[in-house]
Amino acid sequence: MHRRTMIALLAGSALGAARLAAETPAEIRISAKKFEFHPNRVTVKAGQPVMLVLTSEDRIHGFKMPDLGVRTDIVPGQETRVALLPTKPGSFTFFCDVFCGGGHEDMDGTLIVAA
Amino acid sequence: MLQSDRRDFLKLTGLAGVAFTAGLFPNQRARAQANDFHFVQFSDTHWGYSGPANPDAEHTLEKAVATVNGLARQPDFIVFTGDLTHTTDDAKQRRERMKRFREIVSALTVKDVRFMPGEHDASLDKGEAYKEFFGATHYTFDHKGVHFIALDNVSDPAAKLGDEQLAWLAADLKQRKTDDRIVVMTHRPLFDLQPSWDWTTADGAKAIELLMPYSNVVVFYGHIHQEHHHMTGHIAHHAANSLIFALPAPGSQPKRAPLAYDAAMPGKGLGTRDVTMTDKVTLVELPVTRS
Ligand SMILES: [Cu+2]
Ligand SMILES: [Fe+2]
Repeated sequence: MHRRTMIALLAGSALGAARLAAETPAEIRISAKKFEFHPNRVTVKAGQPVMLVLTSEDRIHGFKMPDLGVRTDIVPGQETRVALLPTKPGSFTFFCDVFCGGGHEDMDGTLIVAA
Repeated sequence: MLQSDRRDFLKLTGLAGVAFTAGLFPNQRARAQANDFHFVQFSDTHWGYSGPANPDAEHTLEKAVATVNGLARQPDFIVFTGDLTHTTDDAKQRRERMKRFREIVSALTVKDVRFMPGEHDASLDKGEAYKEFFGATHYTFDHKGVHFIALDNVSDPAAKLGDEQLAWLAADLKQRKTDDRIVVMTHRPLFDLQPSWDWTTADGAKAIELLMPYSNVVVFYGHIHQEHHHMTGHIAHHAANSLIFALPAPGSQPKRAPLAYDAAMPGKGLGTRDVTMTDKVTLVELPVTRS
């Protein structure tokens, strides 16, 4: 059975909740394994709601994107879903924050929010 | 410590070091000199690392031990603030590294040595192997009127102290007077130094909050492989150099990759640190000089 975790990130706006409900967010699947995210470069459009669907192929990893206030565990056998409404264009780092071994420090990626 | 004393001290050690003095125990009056003492901090020795960032990795730790053994004024004790060994997935190899590390540092003249884990030692097995070799991952001790608290923010792979340890810290602090001298030692920064490089402790702010009512607190840590000084309110946080490779200044480049090894200056950016405790805290960075 898939346990689904939902984290709604409203990007600092109460309007975000309404928009999130109104539009079907585009799903972006990112899988994690020692010591990489795939894909590790993701581009989204500012103002468009997205749903990150995070999975792990081997062990528990973390997913942290400090600039957007996102942090969750990624547990094998589950889909971890993170709803995002990125409003500010820019490029934002995400990385694994659950120590997973020798290449842990290099396990990261970039979310590009296009204007 | 007066300027002139500090110069004498540098002469005594016979080492070119960079001294850093601040009124870090601002609320203490000068104390009897009989209680003055110093200790040495080692950090991030990463025994078992091999790679281009330090072609001399097999010898750097031995050299640092020899350097500290050569100090004219031997410290009262020595602390290791984590990442004693470099991580490995192989539980047997992890123990071999810990064993060899312990053998090398047993050559220290000073026998009062206190260890702390880093994530490389403890995060893959929640500190199991570390405890077999080095004992508790968090503890306190007292030395000449100063209360030392070692905190473990690495046995939880998510870099948390955890509620249990925070409650233990709160209970320990309750026994202190608000002007007691307190030294906290830990591996990762307790404050948000550089969140995009994960240079934080998930619940470190809770520890700092518990420490805030105490007027004479100073924190020593490692993990970031460079000397760094930061204040959270009246509490000073001092990161130490590593003994394996240096990392870039927080946020100075996109990635926190090791700084390139400089064959012309081996040992650059590496070292240990002497900490003198009087009514002030005086830090002297000690480069690796002995071979
Ligand atoms: Cu380290
Ligand atoms: Fe570390």
